[in-house]
Amino acid sequence: MKRATWSEYQKDIADDKYYYARSCIRQNFFPGSEKAFLDILSKDLGKDIFDDPAHSSCTGIGYHSDIVPLETIMTVVARQFAMMTESGYENFVTSCITSFGIYTEILATWEEFPETEERTRENLYKTTGREFRKPKCLAHTSDIIFHFREDIARLAKRRLVNSGTEEPLKVVEHIGCHYAKLFPKSGIGGSEFPYVLAGMVDAWGGECVDYPERRHCCGFGFRNYLVQANRGYSVANSQKKLESMAPYHPDFIVANCPGCTMFLDKWQYTIAEMDGRTYGGNGHGIPVLTYEEMAGLVLGYDPWELGMQMHQVDVEPLLDKMGVDYDPAAKYLGRNGKFIGKPSAAVVNGCSQDFIYDIKL
Amino acid sequence: MKHVVVIGGGIAGMQSALSLKKRGFDVTVVEKSNRLGGKLLNWHCLFPSFTPATEVTDTLKQRIADSGVEVRLNAEVVEFDRHHVVLADGERIECDAVVLCSGFTLFDARIKEEYGYGIYDNVYTSVDIEAMLNKGRVELKNGGRPRRIAFLHCVGSRDEKVCQRHCSKVCCVTGVKQAIEMKQLFPEADVFNFYMDIRMFGPGYEEMYREAQQKYNIHFVRGRISEAAPTIDGRLQLKAEDTLTGRPLKISVDMLVLLVGMRSNDDNARFAEHSGLQCAPSGFMAPADMFLSNVASGVGGIFYAGAVTAPKSVGEVLNDGAAVAEAVTGYLG
Amino acid sequence: MAAIDWGFSINRPRTIDIDNNNLRKSDEILREMPELQCCIGCGACTASCTAGNLTEFNFRKVHTLVRRGEYQGAYEEMNKCMLCGKCRLLCPRGINTRGVVMLIKRKLGDF
Repeated sequence: MKRATWSEYQKDIADDKYYYARSCIRQNFFPGSEKAFLDILSKDLGKDIFDDPAHSSCTGIGYHSDIVPLETIMTVVARQFAMMTESGYENFVTSCITSFGIYTEILATWEEFPETEERTRENLYKTTGREFRKPKCLAHTSDIIFHFREDIARLAKRRLVNSGTEEPLKVVEHIGCHYAKLFPKSGIGGSEFPYVLAGMVDAWGGECVDYPERRHCCGFGFRNYLVQANRGYSVANSQKKLESMAPYHPDFIVANCPGCTMFLDKWQYTIAEMDGRTYGGNGHGIPVLTYEEMAGLVLGYDPWELGMQMHQVDVEPLLDKMGVDYDPAAKYLGRNGKFIGKPSAAVVNGCSQDFIYDIKL
Repeated sequence: MKHVVVIGGGIAGMQSALSLKKRGFDVTVVEKSNRLGGKLLNWHCLFPSFTPATEVTDTLKQRIADSGVEVRLNAEVVEFDRHHVVLADGERIECDAVVLCSGFTLFDARIKEEYGYGIYDNVYTSVDIEAMLNKGRVELKNGGRPRRIAFLHCVGSRDEKVCQRHCSKVCCVTGVKQAIEMKQLFPEADVFNFYMDIRMFGPGYEEMYREAQQKYNIHFVRGRISEAAPTIDGRLQLKAEDTLTGRPLKISVDMLVLLVGMRSNDDNARFAEHSGLQCAPSGFMAPADMFLSNVASGVGGIFYAGAVTAPKSVGEVLNDGAAVAEAVTGYLG
Repeated sequence: MAAIDWGFSINRPRTIDIDNNNLRKSDEILREMPELQCCIGCGACTASCTAGNLTEFNFRKVHTLVRRGEYQGAYEEMNKCMLCGKCRLLCPRGINTRGVVMLIKRKLGDF
């Protein structure tokens, strides 16, 4: 895909020593991804990353749903920074795009209105007795993978190519809105032509497609999709994107936001069940990956170790294209070999509508 | 004889020099490029009469050649005050008054990344269209004829996001003029103008706008395009709101023309600081007042003509040239 | 097939999709009455409209939608016009607004 300006939007990303903040929802929907990130950083790349059990939710979902007030979330964020400071780290890395947007926005607010920072420091001290330093470097975890994309390419066991034809895989990259739409300068490549995921795809042999609705929001929107009656227009946004990308026959979608990854994956199931429509090859959905899963596959990780059995849209067609050697029988065996249950058949995975809801458990 | 230096050899500089010479001053024009004529040299024809731009530039250049005005080309001014103009090579020209005619800078459409200028094929600026018209070849990248063309008004004007709050004034009329020219070249094409307001401020402009609608069947949609994206068949998908119906609108086109605005020169601020002049919030030079001294600077002996003070049409710029000669005469006696 | 109560349905886009709208009728209307293209959206017609002050009828909006190829409901809307002629007196662009009402009804009677 064509782009001209990504190198003008750069930010300083620390090379080592990260304090890691997890996402609230990823551990449910893509449970292997955060583990994979920690493994890639510490085992493959030999970096120091601290996964602190004492940090909390940033409360961003509550904030965006009008439940958590601004002063409260500022104090929660201040506590996260206090945890980082107390552990002796300066580089804050967050796994969630909502959190990344929250941290970026709050740091900018403190910069513009220093009295709000003062008040937050007071609130934090009064409630917890803690003090904090602001991070020297704030990055999203996709920034970190982007930063080490060439190192990962050197360690690669597989590439993002069709192992049969040697053609590059066609990849749709989707960037969470709060990565760079709030502050274009906070994202690699800015808001119109973000390069954070595309850079990984380029470095690992794939090819990004530019389709008309590339920049469109997935429709997640917090308070909107949280209320069941409002979900119709939330889903419709994902559908708009899927319809726009389908003619390009993408091999998979990769996203850097917990909500987007979940939405683009799960709503394909919903749309298929409701309307019978699917957007991938052979009547299947389009597999949706996190960037850690993509990096993990490139580094030779086992797809079930990466948690890819938890996807709504089956990833096997993609694994077969990439020539990944996997054990189909092990798909639903957990880490200790125990059967974790098997989802019912779904239209999005090529099952006829007549056979669905044949619950096997 | 009193000596006046005119900075800039565009149409403002040429007309100012001619009017000053006629009033008996010794005049030197310093121009940083290697030729006289300025930005109008790249223009094909002028609204609303479709007069070839060369009629204006060639006539002025001929008059300059016949007038005895001294012309210094390839001479860039680094600083000046009322008695000296200093060139990049260090030369100091002594004078009794200075007329600043350094004009404007075109807005760089690449800054509005969402429109894909310089990235996607067949996204042009209004300036590119004039150049293509001058070459006599308006066509798509693949040599084909466009079937659907969109013009977008206010690119780099009335836009806080790119620090250009002012109206560039001439782009509306240019958009209507170029839409008509496209329709004349490609009668089978549908032409759409996406605008925020249509500002037809001069004689014959509103009439031309009406003719574009009624005679040429050019569509006008009141709404600003939010982004341009490529389609699978190599065209461009545009999104806007049709604000007069209150509905989002989506359209794919073969060609997108961005009507780029006029912004102030980067060196205005430096000149102002060195010479005690004032810049308006838009960055253009601020005249002493808006009415009775609108070609004076507020510093005795330094005057303005043309688009250095604000976006202006060709006719207004030429009037400034005559007005500044009157003002310089009043100052030097 | 087992029925799931989703509690919502997927919204249809309300975008005016120029690429997929059939502009043939719109072209015919503009060819018969090119002056309609001169509308500058001032709204004087709607401001004075006998029907529009008491119903949702908006002459300016309906004919603009028709020009974009959005014909759904336009015929029924135009039926609300009382043909009083006040809008034609007001139109600064001299559009024969009553003629537009009749033309749209004639062309879009099927919609």
